Amino acid sequence: MTTEHQTLALMLFSLFIAVTLGITTWVSRNRHGSAEEFYAGGRLFSPMENGFAIAGDYMSAASFLGISGLIALFGYDGLLYSVGFLVAWLVVLFLVAELVRNCGRFTLADVVAARMSERPVRIAAGISSVVVSVLYLVAQMVGAGSLVGLLLGNSSPVARTLTVIGVGALMVVYVSFGGMRATTWIQIVKAVLLMGGAITLTVLVLLRFHGDFDRLLTTAAERSGYGMEFLSPGLKYGGDWTARFDFMSLGLALVLGTAGLPHILSRFYTVPTARAARRSVVWAIGLIGSFYLMTIVLGFGAAALVGPDEVRASNASGNTAVPLLAAFLGGGAETTGGAVLFAFVAAIAFATILAVVAGITLASSASVAHDLYASLKRRRARQRSEVSVARGAAVGIGAVAIALGLLAQNLNVAFLVGLAFAVAASANLPVLLYSLFWRGFTTRGAVWSVYGGLVPAVLLVLVSPVVSGSPESLFPGADFQFFPLQNPGIVSIPLGFLAGWLGTVTSGEEPDEAKHAETEVRSLTGAGAV
Amino acid sequence: MDKHEGRDAGTIRLDDPWYDALAVGWGEGEEPSPPRPAAAGRPAPGASDIYLEVQRSAAFQEVRSRYRRFVVPATAGFFLWYVAYVVAATAAPGLMARPVLGAVNVAMLAGLGQFLSTFLLTWAYARHARLRRDRAALDLRWTVFEQERGQERTRARRAGR
Repeated sequence: MTTEHQTLALMLFSLFIAVTLGITTWVSRNRHGSAEEFYAGGRLFSPMENGFAIAGDYMSAASFLGISGLIALFGYDGLLYSVGFLVAWLVVLFLVAELVRNCGRFTLADVVAARMSERPVRIAAGISSVVVSVLYLVAQMVGAGSLVGLLLGNSSPVARTLTVIGVGALMVVYVSFGGMRATTWIQIVKAVLLMGGAITLTVLVLLRFHGDFDRLLTTAAERSGYGMEFLSPGLKYGGDWTARFDFMSLGLALVLGTAGLPHILSRFYTVPTARAARRSVVWAIGLIGSFYLMTIVLGFGAAALVGPDEVRASNASGNTAVPLLAAFLGGGAETTGGAVLFAFVAAIAFATILAVVAGITLASSASVAHDLYASLKRRRARQRSEVSVARGAAVGIGAVAIALGLLAQNLNVAFLVGLAFAVAASANLPVLLYSLFWRGFTTRGAVWSVYGGLVPAVLLVLVSPVVSGSPESLFPGADFQFFPLQNPGIVSIPLGFLAGWLGTVTSGEEPDEAKHAETEVRSLTGAGAV
Repeated sequence: MDKHEGRDAGTIRLDDPWYDALAVGWGEGEEPSPPRPAAAGRPAPGASDIYLEVQRSAAFQEVRSRYRRFVVPATAGFFLWYVAYVVAATAAPGLMARPVLGAVNVAMLAGLGQFLSTFLLTWAYARHARLRRDRAALDLRWTVFEQERGQERTRARRAGR
């Protein structure tokens, strides 16, 4: 792309940074520094605001650029992803959002620890939350680095390194100074921008085809070179049965993982009541659903208008399909209209990464300070306010994410997001559901179900083809692979549930009737909720 | 009522496990100093009895069964529908490729059907919760609150004596 594009994109992106930094300063002007304020933004967001923020937290650059890119290259198979990402919200809405809002305070561990012996449960849930967050963060950081290369045409290692460090430093500033309140507003601004961008492009694509969806599909199929096969599943995940099972595994992880993502769970605490939590999820489902519907149009639009060959030439995994489509719709890459739209989309993609990164950093700093530090510190240690620990944790996690992001920047880390969902579904969801719904659940069951999901998920990935044994692996030279699937979900999720059940039935501990009553009454009525 | 105002604030916190253990910070509870009156070793007497009592009440059981009657079949339904969709898409691409109308085939309809069913279930759940649960849940929340207040008052009176 030309230097004009780059300048414009950089200007728009700087504007976003300026606005969000302004927000951070504005919301932290008279903060009290209380935990309530830092982790939950004072719990006074409206359902609509929180709905936008949830959507902003959830729709990462991987969905915006990745899914439409997959559709542009492989047709229907890209759509399978977006269905999983959306249907997952029903799990959240039905089983998690309201109940978690009613019984927890800041983190997942709050809900579980209320019924159990607190220390071991809190440590286990804290560890698994941090693991999920770090996996997700590294994926986003590497994404930020490669986005610079893709969108600004400047893939020198220095530029990538600077981007990763810059993104990391900015998010630390947002999170440690602004806490949940600033993070939420950043998500809202980003969600509005993202929806605005997606709507603009979708309308432009549909106008090209005079609103005829059928013709859009036919043109895309013709241009793809696959014919009608382009419109049915199988191009990417067809192949042999390993590939098929791999997709089933991923699908399971996507649909069950969302409800265990720490940065999503923490969003429910920013509204005053369970009713508000429910309404914010309804808003989020509306926004996320319409967004994914638009990515379908954008993906097929990119295939029909830009053509898969040009998309693939620009980036092998299709991540540049939407920016290329934007440039085309604006009148071509060399025109002002094209440059403006391209720059706009590029800036939105950056904003998306930054906002998602801030949300995850905040959630994991809450896990570190509220769960791990609180449980592990020595009894007589100097009293330090939990919030300052959380601020420190945000800096520490930022540093770890930057370091890992830099180390991994030349590796193929596309599997990391799927893996984060798989760990969330295997380690966090079983323990959460058991403690909300199972009367006989015990401390040992809780601890076993967290580790029983976490450990297999991580181990299976270590012996899977993403780490060794194939040319695309992290370590192509080595070969210690014996688990055939890239995503461990189909094995580790049932193991997480099984371990929780096994731990419970083998523990000698009597389940505490009164505490179960308390959790159940609280979760369904909101009695005693903070 | 005003004579135990100050104590009230303290005791509510102690009875509320979410506050007791966490808000104050770990380790602080170990101090021998908290203003809890000699409760004779029984931790937070009463508070859990209230929850047990409410849990056994007909009103709560009604709320719970309304919630479960909606959520259990709906969850089973959408989960099976999703799994069927994923399995069909990966294992039976031939079936999914069958054309229906113009360029639109079974796969496209099923995909859009997933979106549609998600939107419909969201709407149905929100409506069900609003009309069938919210009122009763709020009443129960008040019941618990009033009973806790009642207990505070008796305890404060006893302590004051």
